Amino acid sequence: MKNILVIMAHPKFEHSRIMKGMVDEIQDMPNVTIRDLYELYPDFNVQVQEEQELLLLADVLVWLHPVYWYSSPPLLKQWIDLVLEFNWAYGPRGTYLKGKTAFSAISTGGNDAAYSANGKRGHGLTQFLLPFKQTATLCGMNYLPPFHIGGSHELAAQKLKQETGLFKSLLEFLTQNRDFSGLHQFPKLNQ
Amino acid sequence: MENGFLFQAMIYLSAAIVCVPIAKKLGMGSVLGYLLAGMLIGPFVLGFIGEEGEDILHFAEFGVVMMLFLIGLELEPAKLWSMRKMISRVGLSQVLLTTFLFFVVLLALGQDWRQALAISCSLALSSTAIVLQSLGEKNQLNSTAGQNSFAVLLMQDIVVIPILALLPLLAASGAMVSEEALHSPISQFSALVQTLFVFGAVIFIIIAGKYLLVPLLRLIAKTRLRELFVGSALLIIVGIAFLMEFVGLSPALGAFLGGVVLANSEFKHELESDLEPFKGLLLGLFFIAVGASINFGLIRENFLLLVAATLSVLLLKSILLFGIGKYNKMGTDQNLTFSLGLSQVGEFAFVTFSFATQLSIIPPSTTEFLMAITALSMACTPILLLIREKWILPRIGTREKASREQDYMHEKNKVILAGFSHYGSTVGRFLRANGIQATILDFDSDRVDLLRKMGFEVYYGDVTRLDLLEMAGAKDASIFISAIEDPETNLRLVRLLKKHFPHLELMMRAQNRADAYEMIELDVAHIYRQHLESAVRMGRDVLIKLGFRAFTVHRLAQNFINYDEDSLKELVKVKDDKNAYISTIRRTISMQEDLLKSELHRRFSLNDHAWDASSIKEGLKENKE
Repeated sequence: MKNILVIMAHPKFEHSRIMKGMVDEIQDMPNVTIRDLYELYPDFNVQVQEEQELLLLADVLVWLHPVYWYSSPPLLKQWIDLVLEFNWAYGPRGTYLKGKTAFSAISTGGNDAAYSANGKRGHGLTQFLLPFKQTATLCGMNYLPPFHIGGSHELAAQKLKQETGLFKSLLEFLTQNRDFSGLHQFPKLNQ
Repeated sequence: MENGFLFQAMIYLSAAIVCVPIAKKLGMGSVLGYLLAGMLIGPFVLGFIGEEGEDILHFAEFGVVMMLFLIGLELEPAKLWSMRKMISRVGLSQVLLTTFLFFVVLLALGQDWRQALAISCSLALSSTAIVLQSLGEKNQLNSTAGQNSFAVLLMQDIVVIPILALLPLLAASGAMVSEEALHSPISQFSALVQTLFVFGAVIFIIIAGKYLLVPLLRLIAKTRLRELFVGSALLIIVGIAFLMEFVGLSPALGAFLGGVVLANSEFKHELESDLEPFKGLLLGLFFIAVGASINFGLIRENFLLLVAATLSVLLLKSILLFGIGKYNKMGTDQNLTFSLGLSQVGEFAFVTFSFATQLSIIPPSTTEFLMAITALSMACTPILLLIREKWILPRIGTREKASREQDYMHEKNKVILAGFSHYGSTVGRFLRANGIQATILDFDSDRVDLLRKMGFEVYYGDVTRLDLLEMAGAKDASIFISAIEDPETNLRLVRLLKKHFPHLELMMRAQNRADAYEMIELDVAHIYRQHLESAVRMGRDVLIKLGFRAFTVHRLAQNFINYDEDSLKELVKVKDDKNAYISTIRRTISMQEDLLKSELHRRFSLNDHAWDASSIKEGLKENKE
């Protein structure tokens, strides 16, 4: 079994629907650890050592967050700034994350169609998430395409349940398989 | 036989101490235990007490008065007002229908209509003492059955007034009444003046409660003499009872009213905890007296007749009550508690029966018989409730879910805040600003007064008293905050709470490290040293004034607090080996020495690489070499 570390950032989790649905689905899974950043570090004082220890134990890192202004909420950026230290996560002696897998699991207000080259936003999601991809790459991690739930403001409850269920089965797949060639069969992880 | 006061007191107390625990152990409730104790020491079994049982009964009725005062304290005026429909509908229908039913039955049995009316009025009433005590013991007072029972009993207490007025009218024209025996000192006045007196007394209680009693209690509270406070609480009740008897109202009703008036005052909890033991003892005495007054001689002679009569009274009353309960949509479970609970004839019947005898409405032999029925029916109630609980309920299986009863529970605050000094009030204000109303306990009556004017719900009392904590709802609360300054009080409080309310999450204010150590040793998880954060904030501002960048200093301050709290937990482990016998002051100094030494070797700023390119530059240089 592989260990999955979910770094979740939502500044108003109590009002969230998508994030809550996703967390509800996965929180009782064995081998999945969820870090609720805004609950752990309301003062942005991220505890570097603690976070690094958890990262060491993980095989797969998930950045789980809603997309605000085409990026993550600030505390996730703070986490990245503080935890991914020079000579620990990257740099000549920074080898601790090498070979691990990372990906973003996100929700957006715009629907899937909006995030395409011809859509309203004018670029695909992977383009918007380039900084995250490059962060993972610099740390020697394998960055997977994002898991995306779009149209968060208009999503019906039933559809939401279906999509969060997909997220759960994706994580199940990731804990159980060494090689991710079967990933393409997941409709949401395909961009 | 020795009849001195001490001997009597000894007999009563030891009978209670022997019988009540046995009854409780057998699951019968204390009422039955007291009744059994009374029967045991009464003239027909052991014969320790004889006729004086009757006098004691009158004396002990004061326990009922006290009980209603306490019930009034629990019932704020707004809540009473919301019960008005229940009182008038359920209560009045019970009194009228039961009276009518007994009246018809007695007429059918060939009684004179005057006798029938006097008897049926008395039989309709139930025993406040037995019902409320039994329900209270089973925590049923706030259930549907409890509330409805209370409504009925309250209405019965009100109805007592017209019944007492009615009886003389029923008296055969020739029979003269000895005035002072039945009526108040004001009965020589005309009906109009009497009515004025009655209303005047009620209004007096309401106004005096608000503008006289509360300031008085405040004054007494300032003396910090507990016995004086207890004394004034007793004085209030005795005074009300006297006033009510003076104008010819039921003392219990007056005491209830007084309680309701004081229910909103800050002394509510203090009064409750002070009067509770008196009430309990007097009620116990009352039940013992009832038990002792049961005339077994008479029962032996007319055994079948008496048993049949008692059972039919109980049956008729409970069937009628069950119907009323059904009509008011009570569930079977609750309805059985309601109808069986109220089925006895109340203590007030003793008064009306003897009154009616004096008026020659009822012949003395009948009275004796009726009194035996009354006492027997009272003794049956705890047994009936026991049967309901043990045999009937499991069979019908309509036990309502606990959640339904929750609706009737008092709304208990989930947070209790002890100590409302500057510290506590800051916590309380912050909670209230976010919609959390804590139950607040404080020992300073001046402050309590001020804060109440500001709209806070603050209660007055010593927080290290178990009964006060219980009354404040420690059982139902989830968090207990102590903002009390005095370390000794806090430690006592922690021990008390850990022992009696282990479910509570404790959040404690501590003066300093030494306090915090002692609390850590008592396993308190959340300790708040009062100066830590503001001192660090001050230091932070000094650094900013000296030219440090604010965000960097902010992070340094956060780390310092974390470090300080961690080191507290570390140092507590070694503290006792070294410092067990040195004085507190020296201990504090040596503690500071330890801290300063360990900090000398620790450069906080160096631990933080965030957004700091220097380490990257060094690392890259190193790599090139």
